[in-house]
Amino acid sequence: MRGETMSTDPATRHAAPTPRRRFDAGRWFVPVVGGLAFLYLLVPIAYIFVFSFNDAGRTNLTWRGFTLANWQDPCRPSQLCEAFGNSLMVAVIATTVATVLGTMIAFGLERYRFRFAGSANMLIFLPLATPEVVLGASLLSQFLNLGVQLGMGTTVLSHIMFCISFVVVAIRARIATLDPALEEAAADLYASGRTAFWKVTFPLLIPGIAAAALLSFAISFDDFIVANFNSGAYTTFPQYAYVAARRGIPAEVNVLGSAMFLGAIALVVGVQVWRYWRGRKLAAL
Amino acid sequence: MAVNTTPGAAEELTTPQEHVAPPPLPEQSAEERRTWRARGRLGMLLVIPGFAFITLFFVVPVFSMLAMSLYVRPEGAVPGEFVPGFNIATYAHVMTTYGDTFVRSFLFATVATVAALCIGYPMAYLVAVRLRGRHLLQGLLLVVIIAPFFSSFILRVQSWRFILSDESWVVGFLKAISVLPQDGRLTATALAVVAGMTYLYLPLMMLPIYANLERLDTRLIEAGGDLYAGGLQTFLRVTLPLSTPGVMAGTILTFIPASGDYVNAVMLGNNVDTTTVGQIIDSRFFHATDYPSAAALSAVLMAIILILVTLYVRRFGTKEIV
Amino acid sequence: MSATGKDLALRGITKLFSGFTAVDDLDLHVPAGSFFALLGPSGCGKSTTLRMVAGLEHPTRGRILIGDDDVTGTKAHQREVNTVFQSYALFPHLSVLENVAFGLRRRKVPDALGRASKVLDLVELGHLAQRRPAQLSGGQQQRVALARAVVNEPHVLLLDEPLGALDMKLRRQMQAELKQIQQEVGITFIHVTHDQEEALTMADTVAVMNAGRIEQIGPPGELYDLPRTAFVANFLGKSNLFEAEVVDAAGPQGLTVQFGETTCRLAAERAVQQQGRIVVGIRPEKIVLTRAGRRPADAQADWTRVTGGRVRDVAYTGVSTEYEVEVPGAGSLTVFSQNLRTEVIGPGTEVDLWWEDANLFGLAGGSDTEAGVEEL
Ligand SMILES: Nc1ncnc2c1ncn2[C@@H]1O[C@H](COP(=O)(O)OP(=O)(O)OP(=O)(O)O)[C@@H](O)[C@H]1O
Ligand SMILES: [Mg+2]
Repeated sequence: MRGETMSTDPATRHAAPTPRRRFDAGRWFVPVVGGLAFLYLLVPIAYIFVFSFNDAGRTNLTWRGFTLANWQDPCRPSQLCEAFGNSLMVAVIATTVATVLGTMIAFGLERYRFRFAGSANMLIFLPLATPEVVLGASLLSQFLNLGVQLGMGTTVLSHIMFCISFVVVAIRARIATLDPALEEAAADLYASGRTAFWKVTFPLLIPGIAAAALLSFAISFDDFIVANFNSGAYTTFPQYAYVAARRGIPAEVNVLGSAMFLGAIALVVGVQVWRYWRGRKLAAL
Repeated sequence: MAVNTTPGAAEELTTPQEHVAPPPLPEQSAEERRTWRARGRLGMLLVIPGFAFITLFFVVPVFSMLAMSLYVRPEGAVPGEFVPGFNIATYAHVMTTYGDTFVRSFLFATVATVAALCIGYPMAYLVAVRLRGRHLLQGLLLVVIIAPFFSSFILRVQSWRFILSDESWVVGFLKAISVLPQDGRLTATALAVVAGMTYLYLPLMMLPIYANLERLDTRLIEAGGDLYAGGLQTFLRVTLPLSTPGVMAGTILTFIPASGDYVNAVMLGNNVDTTTVGQIIDSRFFHATDYPSAAALSAVLMAIILILVTLYVRRFGTKEIV
Repeated sequence: MSATGKDLALRGITKLFSGFTAVDDLDLHVPAGSFFALLGPSGCGKSTTLRMVAGLEHPTRGRILIGDDDVTGTKAHQREVNTVFQSYALFPHLSVLENVAFGLRRRKVPDALGRASKVLDLVELGHLAQRRPAQLSGGQQQRVALARAVVNEPHVLLLDEPLGALDMKLRRQMQAELKQIQQEVGITFIHVTHDQEEALTMADTVAVMNAGRIEQIGPPGELYDLPRTAFVANFLGKSNLFEAEVVDAAGPQGLTVQFGETTCRLAAERAVQQQGRIVVGIRPEKIVLTRAGRRPADAQADWTRVTGGRVRDVAYTGVSTEYEVEVPGAGSLTVFSQNLRTEVIGPGTEVDLWWEDANLFGLAGGSDTEAGVEEL
């Protein structure tokens, strides 16, 4: 957001008065198709939300009337909240570890030079190029070979694994856009390497790191396939929903799904509004 | 801004900076050498824990999976019992049995990727270029793209199943306007599976393109207009080529999970004509306890993806991958 | 604020980047409290030199001394040297005041904020102390960068093209302000620029750098009046350089040199080389042009007259007129003639050229007469 304040772009607006010859359709094509795409993205979410109020009984397949009961007691179906808690726990631990490890790698790769840089990049890229089913299956083979007991531990390990690469890629891009002169300026102003990092580089990277952590949390929380291979008897929220889907998913699952969706929106919008407001306050001085 | 910068990064995927160790200098002063070594040491310390983790939980498992694919079943073994061996025949077996499944999986993935590109690009363009400067609106739309991740993927597929089910108004509407024959249906068709994949992986397509277009200098579009290119011409000759890195990253990030996907196939297809490789790997593993076949299928899937991605990047990429 | 400037000395500094010599065996002495300008074309190694003084880069060979201390082995944050970066490098996440107080805080100087405010007042930005850098104009950012460096009262202040991003008018204004602040605080300023006018107007001493080496050091007037290499002659302003033969090296009024039919006198101390074939130079505005056979009113006995010239090209620039004159034995010479009179001489006209011999300078024979041309 910083610096973007000035980038309010006149070009797009000025583009309008220029005399347009043919292809006027272009002006409408983007908003119409883009708008429809957003609709496409949101229709299933709307379904989830609406059916969270369904007075459904056991199977939530047809509309049977409005009720708030599901929202009032989302933990009613046995083990639902346990699975939900498991997912949150796994996502929090996996995100924390993956963000720390990933940030360190991103720094190491972006700011230092290595002899084995080519293979290091490959090592980051390959997990991204591996479908989840293969990641899950190979980790499971490993755990089976080693005789490791499947459960929360193996689930967390597998989630850290596929989050790291995303974190590295996201934060590296952030670091690459940082002006290296800022660190030099800090050194020039009597900050040792460590102080320069904690006083300048790290604060500037916080938004990037936070965004990477959010992404990592989202993909961990949303993961079904890898967990399905590696969680054993430990059940995550998506697994619960998948199993329940055979019989019809209870409306309480929709409640938790909708709540997470709304919570995510509230969180990000809250942060944005806060930053916007703080920016205005500073500008007013 | 919290969300809108991260996924951009995915673009890095196709354009990692080249970090080559510089050739040894003919001469270095003590200070130069000291700084150099200190930085090298620190860099090592930073990457070692992460790389150790990746090695332990990705590289080793992949090799152990490759080994597993060659295991043999001893005489009179209980189901699921295999011993180390060198049984290449497993590969021949899975390729002859599931060859058409591979073709189908990659076909589904390709169609879903193209569809996601056609939908995701205008979306990204709308937010990044048309709404430029309206930070709050941009932020809100980006959140709307990320937030579905939080409502759980299974639930979203489930609601697609619901929307496309025989009783739904979508099907009723399509029948009413005779797009769909009276006895036609949408679930349990390849169309439903591909539509589900397109939907599910759309954010992975849109976000890298957005991150690229966000940096697009709109003066270049004006310059295109100034040089007598129409809207379409400007798009094809200026905007699209400039956003190639974003498109590359988006298509790769969509294609890879789509080609291994099986949840859509199970929940929206669930019919022999929509079986995907992922589905077979899952069932070989859990239902048939045929670990070598599952491992061999995984190995082949991964190999094909790597080859396709490499060819794709070679053909269209501006910079070398990795 | 106390005068804290110290001498800076570079002894035989060389910097090699892989396979490339950016700075080549450079010796330099900058006296305490002076305003020193480093001038040179792009890529000649100015920034690299500054970065080595700041400690952001370490020399491959040679020593760096500040006052009497050898700082070659110390790190950037241990040196009492500060830099005003070309991109300003203001910390975007800190307020203007915190940016200025950053260095003081690192050194645990008491009352960091109070001192920072005072310096912000000095650069007339006290009222913007709470803003973020992104909310300032280019000129304001530049002044914050200056305040952030000056507040530490370093022994040496390094400025790497600090005005490069500003428009012409603001640039002129900031030049004056910089000069004034330097005189107020008494810190040794080293100012890198490739704008020769900026260097000449601001600095006490100018060093012209080329390809990793210093070509010549001196006060601005001296550098202009008596360049010692063809590069300096062409890079600083414009020069006419042509080859001539020293026909008499022992005369009482210096050397006698000859080109074509013309002979003229060149003071021995104004010539780098006293015999054989040398290169002679004269600035275009030091030549007076008349129609053939006429004589300028102020011409003295020691003026040289060059006959047989023919005007090839005339360019009117308002204040003056630039003539391109073909002269036998010297090639094409440029003459700047102030438009004092209304008479403009047209192309093809036969003309004589006149100059005072004291304005000539002599360079080493075989110098590349095109060195430094068009490079700014
Ligand atoms: N880190 C580096 N690695 C390799 N070469 C470098 C490096 N830094 C600078 N150089 C080279 O050293 C030479 C001098 O660079 P320097 O930045 O000192 O030039 P400069 O005189 O400041 O130019 P400008 O006026 O354009 O800023 C250039 O040719 C540059 O390409
Ligand atoms: Mg420079």
